[in-house]
Amino acid sequence: MNAANYLYVSALLFTIGAVGVVVRRNAIVVFMCVELMLNAANLAFVTFSRINGNLDGQVVAFFTMVVAACEVVVGLAIIVTIYRSRRSASVDDASLLKR
Amino acid sequence: MKFTTPVLDYAILSPILIVLAGALIGVMIEAFLSKTRRPIVQLILTLGTLLIALVQVFRIRNTTSLSAAMGSVIFDGPAFLLQMTILIISIISIFLIADNENFTALAAALPGSIEEQEATCKGNQVTEVYPLTLFAVAGMLLFPIASDLITLFVALEMLSLPLYLMAGLSRRRRLMSQEAALKYFLLGAFSSAFFLFGAAYLYGYSGLISFAGIRESIVGGTGNDVFLLIGIAFLSVGLLFKVGAVPFHAWSPDVYQGAPTAVTAFMAAATKVAAFGAMLRIYYTVFANAQWSWSPLLSVIAIITMLFGSFVAIAQRDVKRMLAYSSIAHAGFLITGVIALNKAGLSASIFYLFAYGIATVGAFAIVTLVRDSAGEVSDLNRWAGLGKRSPWVATIFAFFLLAFAGIPLTSGFIGKFSIFSAAYESGAKSVVIAGVLSSAIAAFFYIRVIVLMFFTDSHEDATTVVIPSVLTRITVIVSFVITVALGVYPAPLIDFINKFAIFIR
Repeated sequence: MNAANYLYVSALLFTIGAVGVVVRRNAIVVFMCVELMLNAANLAFVTFSRINGNLDGQVVAFFTMVVAACEVVVGLAIIVTIYRSRRSASVDDASLLKR
Repeated sequence: MKFTTPVLDYAILSPILIVLAGALIGVMIEAFLSKTRRPIVQLILTLGTLLIALVQVFRIRNTTSLSAAMGSVIFDGPAFLLQMTILIISIISIFLIADNENFTALAAALPGSIEEQEATCKGNQVTEVYPLTLFAVAGMLLFPIASDLITLFVALEMLSLPLYLMAGLSRRRRLMSQEAALKYFLLGAFSSAFFLFGAAYLYGYSGLISFAGIRESIVGGTGNDVFLLIGIAFLSVGLLFKVGAVPFHAWSPDVYQGAPTAVTAFMAAATKVAAFGAMLRIYYTVFANAQWSWSPLLSVIAIITMLFGSFVAIAQRDVKRMLAYSSIAHAGFLITGVIALNKAGLSASIFYLFAYGIATVGAFAIVTLVRDSAGEVSDLNRWAGLGKRSPWVATIFAFFLLAFAGIPLTSGFIGKFSIFSAAYESGAKSVVIAGVLSSAIAAFFYIRVIVLMFFTDSHEDATTVVIPSVLTRITVIVSFVITVALGVYPAPLIDFINKFAIFIR
């Protein structure tokens, strides 16, 4: 199967993630969309690794997974804190700071 | 299959390893030491770590082996200068962070809850902020010396993640502070996804993740240009977000305003140095031969960033937001240095980063001093008449503002002049004209604040300036002295920077 198809899938996933970040209002869902974008980049890395015939891209994918896990730790901590003090995880409710 | 042992070259990595070791010891102290003894021990440990790292960076400035960890990092002249700058700024801002007035007593407690009040009465402090600062500093040290895509991405996250948390630790107006942390985190993660996607396409273009490999592919012109363009565009989005350039600036006013002022000072100064350091390395070495593809776009971004930052700052009624928009304008001036793409541009940018970083820390340190009974007052109207009540604080703040504006005899003038002349040399005339225009606009709102402080009568609900603690006083005085010295007698530093400002490819 043509490896370029995987690139199309990755671009599609990235776009879905990016649109989701902009459109969705729940902080958790926004965060999940960011994770989707990171995984789209991962898929692109692995596909390019296959196309180029070396392993560098796959190594990057592992690093990305670790970094994404760290990001989950920090991100959920922040989202849970803000949920506890506001009883809402909507990014629209958090608007004390002027636009 | 034969397994070869990687050669790490610990000498070059040592400053980063020292800072990381200090951070890990700091985490241990959090676990094992009693609450009362933690603040002083953590402060000494953090300061000591940063000072040792500073000495170590200085000692290895003339090392013969340039790359370490199998080509993952490059330690050349600019890397040395940027690491020195980051460490000096961190040391100055640590004194500000150590002032316990700035942080909440118990970050996990609900704002306004009984637990929070109890912790405040006991005089607890979030000493976690010290190890977090050290982790962020380690990421910042790694970011401008990274020379492959993995290291670059890991360093970017390493410097960002602690800052997201630190933004939410303010003592007063905690809801606003938590909101700033949420916004910073979501937008930061969004931009790093763009960054990573761009990195993937650069890898797809050249088949290699090392900067040298990507550069050679660009010089050779062998790969698929579409991949290269996607890669440059998406990677630039990630970097421009970190430096707060328009149209990726939306986070910065909110985060600057909501975060504890000490963290804002550290973040505004040190992150900018690290991010521009990486940006300079990437554009000057990796993308230099693809200048046709990014230079026009970056020029447009520089122009709108400078003009937007200056214009919007005029309308601000809040000191911290005004400084945030001014930092957006300064990001535009610095992008001008990236566009210049010559040696003069590189040394000018490094000088500018140093001068701007120090003045920023000083200006935010002054903001922490102006308070009323409820805490810091950042509303500009209530700063009216400050010059009559506390002439010293107002004078020093006015001086920092003049340095931001780039008035002669301040460090800002020399920085701006050298960046604009470097960009002019390389033919980016439209950017220089926009830069000079926006400097004039910016001077207007800086001077308006000075007029407000000295020549306007104060209101009824006037603010008082607290007597600064020893720690804050150190921050203010050191940054003031450096800013004055750079303005009056910059020649030694400029010579020093010129000697080192050559990228090794």
